[in-house]
Order: sequence, then structure tokens, then C-alpha cells
Amino acid sequence: MMEGLMSEQMYIADKDYRVPSGCGVSGIMNEAGERFSGEAIMCSIALMRERSNGLGGGFAAYGIYPDLADYYAFHLMYETDEAKRQTDEYLRAYYTIMHDEPIPTRKIKVISQSPLLWRYFLKPREDVLAKNPRLSEQDLVVQTAMYISGKIKDALVASSGKNMGIFKGVGFPEDIGEFYRLEEYRGYIWTAHGRFPTNSVAWWGGAHPFGLLDWSVVHNGEISSYGINRRYLQNFNYSCSFFTDTEVITYLFDLLIRKHELPFEIVAKILAAPLWADIERMPEEEKEFYQSLRIVYGSALLNGPFGVIVANSQTMLGLNDRLKLRPLVAARWGDFIYIASEESAIRQICPQPDRVWMPRAGEPILGRMRRNNLAKDPLSQEATAEVFEAGREEEGL
Amino acid sequence: MAKVPIAPDFIVERDKDKCISCQVCCRMCSNDAHVYDRERDQVDTLSGRCVGCHFCENFCPTGALTVRQNPSQIRQNANWNQQMLTWVAKQAETGGVLLTGMGCDQPFPIYWDHILLNASQVTNPSIDPLREPMELRTYIGRKPDRLELAGGSDQGKGARLKNKLEKQLVLQTPILFSAMSYGSISLNACKSLAWAASEFGTFYNTGEGGLHRDLYPYGANTIVQVASGRFGVHMEYLKAGAAIEIKIGQGAKPGIGGHLPGEKVDEEVSRTRMIPVGTDALSPAPHHDIYSIEDLRQLIYALKEATRYEKPVGVKISAVHNVAPIATGVVRAGADFVTIDGLRGGTGAAPTVIRNNVGIPIELAIAAVDSRLRQEGIRNHASVIAAGGFRTSGDIIKAIALGADAVYIGTAALVALGCHLCQRCYTGKCNWGIATQDPFLTKRLNPTIGARRLVNLLRAWSLEIKEMMGGMGINAIESLRGNREALRGVGLSDTELKILGIKPAGEAW
Repeated sequence: MMEGLMSEQMYIADKDYRVPSGCGVSGIMNEAGERFSGEAIMCSIALMRERSNGLGGGFAAYGIYPDLADYYAFHLMYETDEAKRQTDEYLRAYYTIMHDEPIPTRKIKVISQSPLLWRYFLKPREDVLAKNPRLSEQDLVVQTAMYISGKIKDALVASSGKNMGIFKGVGFPEDIGEFYRLEEYRGYIWTAHGRFPTNSVAWWGGAHPFGLLDWSVVHNGEISSYGINRRYLQNFNYSCSFFTDTEVITYLFDLLIRKHELPFEIVAKILAAPLWADIERMPEEEKEFYQSLRIVYGSALLNGPFGVIVANSQTMLGLNDRLKLRPLVAARWGDFIYIASEESAIRQICPQPDRVWMPRAGEPILGRMRRNNLAKDPLSQEATAEVFEAGREEEGL
Repeated sequence: MAKVPIAPDFIVERDKDKCISCQVCCRMCSNDAHVYDRERDQVDTLSGRCVGCHFCENFCPTGALTVRQNPSQIRQNANWNQQMLTWVAKQAETGGVLLTGMGCDQPFPIYWDHILLNASQVTNPSIDPLREPMELRTYIGRKPDRLELAGGSDQGKGARLKNKLEKQLVLQTPILFSAMSYGSISLNACKSLAWAASEFGTFYNTGEGGLHRDLYPYGANTIVQVASGRFGVHMEYLKAGAAIEIKIGQGAKPGIGGHLPGEKVDEEVSRTRMIPVGTDALSPAPHHDIYSIEDLRQLIYALKEATRYEKPVGVKISAVHNVAPIATGVVRAGADFVTIDGLRGGTGAAPTVIRNNVGIPIELAIAAVDSRLRQEGIRNHASVIAAGGFRTSGDIIKAIALGADAVYIGTAALVALGCHLCQRCYTGKCNWGIATQDPFLTKRLNPTIGARRLVNLLRAWSLEIKEMMGGMGINAIESLRGNREALRGVGLSDTELKILGIKPAGEAW
């Protein structure tokens, strides 16, 4: 393990130790589903360069693969050809690979080396699903992602959702963005992360966002309740093999929203629960409701400082810990909603928002898609381009 | 054949210059260790009668008395120490089973002293409990794996719960008072516990002593116990408490029953326990209606039926080798909480050889039970209350981080009431007025003062727990519960670390 950590060729570690890290986060969403280029988010996160130290940066983008929106887009990182061979073989056993290709990158001075980056567009095989009637498509994807990252040496799934992708690596986030040519993509949600880990062990897989299905999480903070959150998730068969806070947050959202079918607003009240003293002051029915939430989901409470931006194909959510020990600012401008660690990172790309506010501890900031079936009805390229151009002008980009 | 002399355990030293022969000590000592010699106008002490309760030492008006361990030593022998000789000698005299009180006093490893807590530095701010809220509130009872909402918009507004939660016990601090029966302890001791639990917002447990009529008003803070002797169990009793605990075993004497000597069964105890005055109250080793797990299930549901499913029903077992699967079975049998009583758990009377040789330390039991319930996916279905030798708030916070929902304290509560652990509870001669029914002795314990001291102890420990949580950057106890990352072991073997589920000190996340 140590030899591996010391090696410069280390992209995919066996596990990420829970390295405390400070961070900058930023997110932009267009609630009308209009897509815009990755330039804006790169510009926003670049302003918060002080918040990262070049040891990790990344982006999540939604709506970027409209032509292949029906297939699960898997972004893979490989350290060896052997890892790719094994992964290809594994994928073929469960999926039809509709398309696959290297993820386009450009050579830039500050990023001299990278793992092999590959993307696949996958359709679960009918015969596999038919054989396991209790296995949903999504469960299969979760199992696949966990298997590849956990069991195949030197391979890691960066993202596995439909019509979305995560682009991350070791470097400052704006450099990572340039490396991945993100200005060439158009999405309706973009989130970004700049990392400031406390030690020098940096590996591509350890960068954020963390993703599973169409979930992506960028997070600034350290979760003191990690130990119990992880054990709680293990009850529900999440294996938590990355040993990171972000992984745990992602799984909690997947559990509470996808499996327990709770709305985002309620999930926010589980993860950053109101104080008992505040619950006591609520009207009777509400009081019982919030008491029950805390009684049943106490082990899911995220304790410790955090500011987090979570997204899926329909939603972008910003949330602070229950004491607001980490910064998070939000703004709205037309159909756009912005969330960032610092107000300046918003003003940089949207100088005069309609409204800027500092959400209180535990109060979620929610951006929601107004069109529900975007994946099936992608906006035409032309229309998007027009909207994008208009947006750029008005935002002063 | 020569009799082996039994050396006195204690020597009581009397400072002749300070003693004024006031005879207070003579009147105080229920063991008659102090005797007044009228002719010499002098008080003598018969050290052989002293049990080391330190009552006289505390209350001698001139401070003339000091109670010390007897320095008399036999020839050094790692195998045959003074204790062993004394035991053999006593049994050679009497042919009886050695009795004792309180928890195991043998030097088994105390894992609490090999576990260290974490604290925040830089990357994660610690929280000051004097300035920020710090929440200790704990709910004991069965919890569902998930909540289902009815109605309400998809944004959660106006959402209601599809099902109400089952009844929970609400504790303002994760500490309860252990089961100690009226009979084994005095009514004044019971009142102290009941009043303190009621004032602080926690619970005390009746043990197998029934519920004295004076204690019915504190029912909302009472856990009523149903043990193998069924003493004092009737419908009114079951309805009076906030929860019911079926006692299968006790840490101090796993596998055996109980014995309240007839000397302690006075008029009031007799009425409360529903047995004749002066008869021994013998609790059988097993419940004679529970010979298997399915029988336990029947009793759990019989009690639930009787109380219309309005009260949590728990089961207390002692920590034995197989404790994890047993606890799992108990939860599957329908218990809403499981109490685990460890090797060092106290008692009013137990055979010494059982107390000192049977069971396992509570630390390992908590870890094993919590892990097993999680593996089985039923950790939510019942709360785990740990008992057996918690000495400080440090022990308690570690127990919670290992996976306990709350802890019972018994010995510590009695110490707060004056107990000096002389281990002679079974004699009924407790000078501190705790483990006795002698009215001359029980009146020494003022329940108002006793309750105040217990509330003070709960407050002090709760404050300390808040300080330690704040230091870890955690402001709600549920984020610490089962959070073994908050713990590190020192001086433990790999196997012990594995069972405790903690990393060795020095290893980062």
C-alpha cells in the first residue's frame, strides 16, 4: 500500500483514508432545463482558488448526453489496461454496450499525467433483469458500480447516471475543467469542487464529486458522525468502500430519497435535524412528525461542519450542518439558481442576481426541474445554443 | 484439630486523645463493632466485627476513628492469599455457600481504562457546550426501519406519518437507575431514586420488589420489573410503570435466582411483595414459564396484551459467552429494549463464587450485541441498555460510542447515597440506611437529600458528557451512538480490538 501511495503513477488507490480537507464548492442550475456551457462553473470555482490546493478538483454535469440519454453513462478511470479488460468483460456480462470511447481531454501543462479515462453508454441486458425479477435496473447499476470500484483492481467508476457525468482529477479545478474540455459540454446543472486535503496523498479517484446513479455530491467539511453514518448504511447493504464523508452523504441521499421515498425537504431535516428545543415549540402534529424523524433516523444525522451540494437529474440541493459551521450562499436569477461557498463565486458569473441569501443552519436550498421528462425530450441543440448565448450575454460572461 | 484463625479484614484505630467516650459509635454501628466499657469509661473496638462501611469514621463527632485494611499478612503466596484462606476457613466452619453483595471485585481487565476518546482539532471545530446546544435526549423503544409519509405535497409540506411510532421512553440523559428492589434496599433509598428520576427526566427500575404504594405517583418514571419470583406483580403494578422489564438474568449472578433473607421481609416489604412477613423470598433460577425463546415471546406478548401495547416491554439478560445471539433472539421475540448486565454488575446478595467467576465484561458484550444486531439488520428494532459497573461519565460515553443506547447505573447511585461498598448488603445491617429494612438504620437516609445527591450526580455526568461530545464536534448523542470511530484502544490485543470493533490508538481514520 505504502509503495503504491508513494508512486507517481498512483491514480486509483485501494482506498481513500478519511483525509480531512477544506474545500470550495459551487453549483449552478437552470430550473427550466435550459442547457449552458461548462465555462460558467469553471469561472466560478476558479475564483475560490484559495479554497483548494491543487490536490483535487472536479465537476458534475447534467444534461450533457442528450442523444444517449436512455443509457447509463459510466465514466471510468483505469490505471492499467488489465483493469479495463476485466471491466469490459464484467460490463458485457450484464449490459449491452451501446457506445464507448475515451473521454476527450486536452494536453495542458499542469496536468502531465492521467489515468486512462473511458466512458460507456450501457443498457442493462433484458435476460439479466429477467433472471432476477427482484433486481431493479437501478439496483443493478449500483451493484455494478460498487463491484468495479471495490473489486476490480485499478478500476474506478466516477459516475454511473443517465445523461450526466463526473469529471475529476488531481489539480486545481479550473485546470481539471480545461483538461476535460468542459467548455464544450452543455448541461442544465453543473456542480464543482476544489479540494484542500491535509496531506499530500492525492489520487484521481479520491477527487470529488462523488457519484452513484445520477447522484453527485460535492462537499466541504468533516463529518464527525461518520462512524455511525457508515454503520447505519451498512444495515442497508451500502458497502462504503471509499472511506470518505462524501460517499456516505451520497448513499444517505440514495437511501432516503430513492429507497425510502422521502422528499428532499424532509431528508434535509433528517441530515441536519432541527434542535429538540425547536421541535418542542412546534404545533402538536408537526412536533410529533419531527420527533419521529429524529427517533427513527437519528443514525443518519450528519454531525459536524459541512456545506454540501447534492444533485440528481431533477434537483440541486444545498445544505449546511445544523450549526452552520461552514459557509454556503445562494442566489437566484431568472431560471437560474446558484449555490457556492462564497458570494463572490456567484457574483463572478452572475453580477446582479435577483436575490442573494445566506441560508440558515439546516435550511435546504432547492433547485427543481420544472420539466420532468427532460431525458426523453431533449431540447434541440439550436434552441439550447440560443439560450446559452443569451444567458452568457446577460450574465456578462 | 486446630481452628484456622480468620484475621479481621479491617482494623479500626481509635485516637485515644480525641475519643471522648460519647458512645455515638456504639449506637451507630449495626455490627456492634464498638463496645462501651462502663467500668473503664472507655470505648473499645472489636475489629473482627467491622465490615469496613466507614459509617463511624464519617460520623464520629471528634474524628477519633480511622478504618484501615488489616495490615496483618500471611507468608506471601501468589496462589494462596489471605482471601483464599479466609474463604476456606469460613466454609470449613460453616459448610455453607459464601455470600457477598455488590459487583465483582476481582481484578479482571476493565476495558474502559483501555479505550480513549477522540477530539477535534483544526479541520473540524469543537463545539462549546456552554454556548451551543448539546443534545442528550434519548428514546428507548422499538423503531421502524423507515418512515412512510401520507399526504402532503412532494415537497414535504403538510406531510403526515402513515403510522404512529410505538411508545418510547424519553430520557433527558442516557442514564437510568438500575433495578434495585424494595426489600433489598430501603424504601427511603427507593424514594431517593424515584424522586431523582422524576426530577431529572429519566427512569428508575423497581427490581423484583414490587412497587410500594408510596411510589405509585412516580410511575411515569418507573420501569417495573417482572422476574422469576413474580413478587409484587399484579395488574395495577404493570399499569403503574412507564415500561416493563422481564428479568432473565443479572450480571452479578448469571444463571441463578435470587434470595431475599426473611430478616429483611418486614410488614411493608411483605405487603408489597405479597409474601408472609419473615419468610425468605426465593426467586427461582429460571422463570418456570420460560424454558425457551418462544416461551419468552409469549410472556412479552402477554405483558403487552395486559397493558394494551401502551408500554415498551424489555428483557434483561446477563452478559454471558453467547450474549450476542441471545440478544438477537430476545429482539426477535419482540422485546422493545434489551438490557445487558455485565460481569461487574451489582447485587444485594449473590454466591461469591458465582459473582467472581461467571459472565463477561460489559464492554465486550455491548460491542458484540450491537454488531450482531446490525449484522442481522434489526438494530432499530430494539434499544440496548447496558449495565454493570459504570464508574464515571467517561465509561458511559464510551459505552454509547460502542453501541449502547443508554446505561443503567446502580452501584454509582448507591455510592451517591453513601454506600462504601463493604459488600455486606445481604446482612440487612447497612449502616448507611440503604440495604436494610431496620427502621433505626433506614431513617439515616433522608430521601430528599438522597434525591438531591442523585440529581447532582446525573447533572454532573451529563455536563461532562456534553463537554466530551463538544470536544469531538458532535452536538447530538445519536451521532455518537455506535460511532466507534470516536474510540481507540490502548494495550489491547488484536482479538480484543476486533471484538470491540475499534482501532488501536495511533491509527488514523
